[in-house]
Amino acid sequence: MDFLSTIAHQLTEKRELPAFKAGDTVTVHYKIREGEKERIQQYQGVVIQRRGAGVTSTFTVRKISNGLGVERIFPDNSPFIEKIDVNKRGVVRRARIFYIRELKGKKARIKEKVY
Amino acid sequence: MSGLIGKKIGMTSIFSAAGKNVPCTIIEAGPCVVTQVKTIESDGYNAVQLAFDEKKEKHTSAAMQGHFKKASTAPKRKVAEFRFFETERNLGETITVDLFNEGEYVDVIGNSKGKGFQGVVKRHNFSGVGMGTHGQHNRMRAPGSLGASSYPSRVFKGMRMAGQTGGGRVKVQNLIVLKVLPEQNLIVVQGAIPGPKGSYVMIEK
Repeated sequence: MDFLSTIAHQLTEKRELPAFKAGDTVTVHYKIREGEKERIQQYQGVVIQRRGAGVTSTFTVRKISNGLGVERIFPDNSPFIEKIDVNKRGVVRRARIFYIRELKGKKARIKEKVY
Repeated sequence: MSGLIGKKIGMTSIFSAAGKNVPCTIIEAGPCVVTQVKTIESDGYNAVQLAFDEKKEKHTSAAMQGHFKKASTAPKRKVAEFRFFETERNLGETITVDLFNEGEYVDVIGNSKGKGFQGVVKRHNFSGVGMGTHGQHNRMRAPGSLGASSYPSRVFKGMRMAGQTGGGRVKVQNLIVLKVLPEQNLIVVQGAIPGPKGSYVMIEK
């Protein structure tokens, strides 16, 4: 590891996330601060990419909300992420499944991985 | 104005106490050795000359070897002067990153990355001329008009045009010190600083 990432790891608290990749359906439990109060919001969708390396890596979760596609980017090491549940393992052939944006309805389904 | 010489390590981002993802630059700052103290009596102005980053004696000219010998220190790569040091410093004294405290504001001076000869769009953020269609084909990034016609019949001085971009001394002011790591001689400032990784910068407070 080079000097920069050594220092970066030292500055940021590394979080243990469950293993997931593009195509998986996850629920992100995200802390929301409203004034003084803190509550947890759940955001469920399909991971369409995992991006970056080291402490600055992020992942993008896409879901259809009221008929509109919504994408949200979470930093892997965000202190606001309470936990992540992996609901489904998807079978996809690439690491970034942006093609899913153009698909609608039945075509936008991802086959579930069967062990 | 106190300061230190440092070396840019690179950029990353950290999460602030409020949970915000803040972009930051890591700088290896000091330890610097005072190699000369300039005073009004001897030099006509007050300044402290600092030196940073060891180098081998065989790579040092005889004149500079003598200069470092006066401060009884090993030869250094980078020598820079800081005017108006807040506290009095003595020859040969070592200044470390403890000079800075978390939460205070610093200025960082460095040489920006050279971009070569660039047009006005990159150099001065011009928006270019018009659009690419409607008969226009070759003027998308042109500067456009340089001024009026028979009056003034000349181009005003200071008209922004294409030319050498970057590669000059740049000072970025009021960067917040996010963290000081004294064991590793590092400071972390919010935002970007000029120059490539590994370049020398001057940090002033």
